[in-house]
Amino acid sequence: MLALKLAFKNLLGAGLRTWLNVSVLSFAFVLIIFFNGMIDGWNRQGRKDTIAWETGKGQFWHPEYDRFDPYTIQASNGLMSDEILKETESKRLVPILVVQATAFPQGRSLAVILKGIDPMQTVLELPVSALLSDNGIDYAVIGKRMAESAKLKVGDKLLIRWRDKNGTFDAREIQIAEVFKCDVPGADNGQIYLSLRTLQEMMELKNHATYLVAGEEFEDRELENWVFRDLDFLLEDFNKIISAKKAGGSIMQIFMLLIALIAIFDTQVLSIFRRQKEIGTYIALGMTRAQVVGIFTVEGGAHSILATLLGAVYGIPLFLFLNKVGISFGVGQGMDITLAETIYPYYSIRLIISTILLVVVSATIVSYLPSRKISKMKPTDALKGKLQ
Amino acid sequence: MKILFAVFAAFAGFTAFTSPDAKEILDKVDRNMSSNNRVFESSMIIHGRRTTRTISSISYSVGTKKSFTEYLSPAREQGTKMLKLDDKLWIYSPSTDRIIQISGHMLRQSVMGSDLSYEDMLDDRKLTEVYTSSLVGKEKLGDRDAYVLDLVAKVDDAAYFAQKIWVDAERFIPLKQELFAKSGQLLKRTEFSEVRQVQGRWFPMTIVYKDMLKEGSGTEFRITSIKFDQEIPEYLFSKASLKK
Repeated sequence: MLALKLAFKNLLGAGLRTWLNVSVLSFAFVLIIFFNGMIDGWNRQGRKDTIAWETGKGQFWHPEYDRFDPYTIQASNGLMSDEILKETESKRLVPILVVQATAFPQGRSLAVILKGIDPMQTVLELPVSALLSDNGIDYAVIGKRMAESAKLKVGDKLLIRWRDKNGTFDAREIQIAEVFKCDVPGADNGQIYLSLRTLQEMMELKNHATYLVAGEEFEDRELENWVFRDLDFLLEDFNKIISAKKAGGSIMQIFMLLIALIAIFDTQVLSIFRRQKEIGTYIALGMTRAQVVGIFTVEGGAHSILATLLGAVYGIPLFLFLNKVGISFGVGQGMDITLAETIYPYYSIRLIISTILLVVVSATIVSYLPSRKISKMKPTDALKGKLQ
Repeated sequence: MKILFAVFAAFAGFTAFTSPDAKEILDKVDRNMSSNNRVFESSMIIHGRRTTRTISSISYSVGTKKSFTEYLSPAREQGTKMLKLDDKLWIYSPSTDRIIQISGHMLRQSVMGSDLSYEDMLDDRKLTEVYTSSLVGKEKLGDRDAYVLDLVAKVDDAAYFAQKIWVDAERFIPLKQELFAKSGQLLKRTEFSEVRQVQGRWFPMTIVYKDMLKEGSGTEFRITSIKFDQEIPEYLFSKASLKK
């Protein structure tokens, strides 16, 4: 307790030098929390959006299906059993049929993926109810990215060409019924949603699907002839991007922290050099060397406590503000990764506590390193202020 | 009435005598257009939206199952090779020194920006193997008399469900071909011209392909020299030959 009192007294007595160190350390502290909060916010939003728009709580794939291998798509669909059909009727599973095709917007040819989906589904947020047609028109729903790349808008007609299950070309005109906006490129880029029944009829693949999306209400179990893909599998790439971003960001954080810690280290070295008489006096008054080392270590480490307090003074209002308005990333629409236009940082208790611990522990360690010299000092020389 | 019927019967009989039936016409077309093997040099003139490119190549083919093409110019495409074996297609690019197999949706991509897709190149079975035909009339195309035939696929895996084909009534080579989707949508139009006699058979030296769903003036395929029934070394039709 005495050490702590002395530490704060000395720190505050040092004036500008202390506040300079504390400011740099608090900046590193706030920056670490800010950056990790951004990544965590992106992660939370990205996962939530991907689950809502693309993956559901998991998917059952046809054993041949590989979303990254276009060669597999043509053959990777299977007949849905009665059990599956019952689940789809009660909206617990959404069957999706995937077909490769070519679209011809404005006389250009564009490779697209046709996805057949039940217009009445409620598992995914895709606004596919617009696919319901009672006038003989084949309606289609596309995402904003697809609409921009193909220069399409609601009401536009689009000629598509595909090959049926036997490989025979067919072509048909479809009409864009809705353009949706979502932050998940996997549910948008190069994709055209049609009614499942329409696509099955186009392909001559009645009751066939490529994969089944499981909704929250689906009771977890295995389905014969279908392979279950959980969220860890479906979000693997997204998780890898987040990890890579975190790793990349940590370099900057370490660099910032290092600058602050070097400043504390420097201050400690200077303190011990300039305050030899004080050290000698402490020992002369009966303190052990370890106690004196403790005083100086606590003094250095106390920088981190002050930095935390200072960081809280300007960091909390800043974080609350950012949490409310978010940070806009307009570029998200052109990227191939799930990135919301506006990211709302997420600051977890775990993040804040771990950052405080990181700053306090690292500041204490760099304070201790130069203080070890005290244990080698001769008290008489120290009292005289002799250089050692 | 009887006289009218007699005149009609006589006319029908005369028509039947002078016009071969549709299958016979297609057989003759297949005989002209197919060969045991052939070696030809050609130029592919691609009329794009803004520019026109010419790509020249030499091709070796045996029946409908094997073919090997090497691109000779322009410099950017020089050395690119393409090998077709049955329903598989590989491309070798000298810039990357890699062989890639073209399959899946890549087959739908156009060949070097032309109106031909890779899958068009793969599917070259004889017409009589794939279609049932009916003679629907006779028309004049330019200065040539042509039989007009409607073809409907008799096999499940025909690339085009239906075709309309104009066949030169004298030389039995196609002059024009229209390819239709199952829905009846016209997908492609091919026009054949500069018909010459090569080694005893008539053969069109210029073919213009037009993807009817795309804008543009189509792709012109000009054969500069062609030889049938040549001795083509077997090693040419192997993946190893792509890197040679």
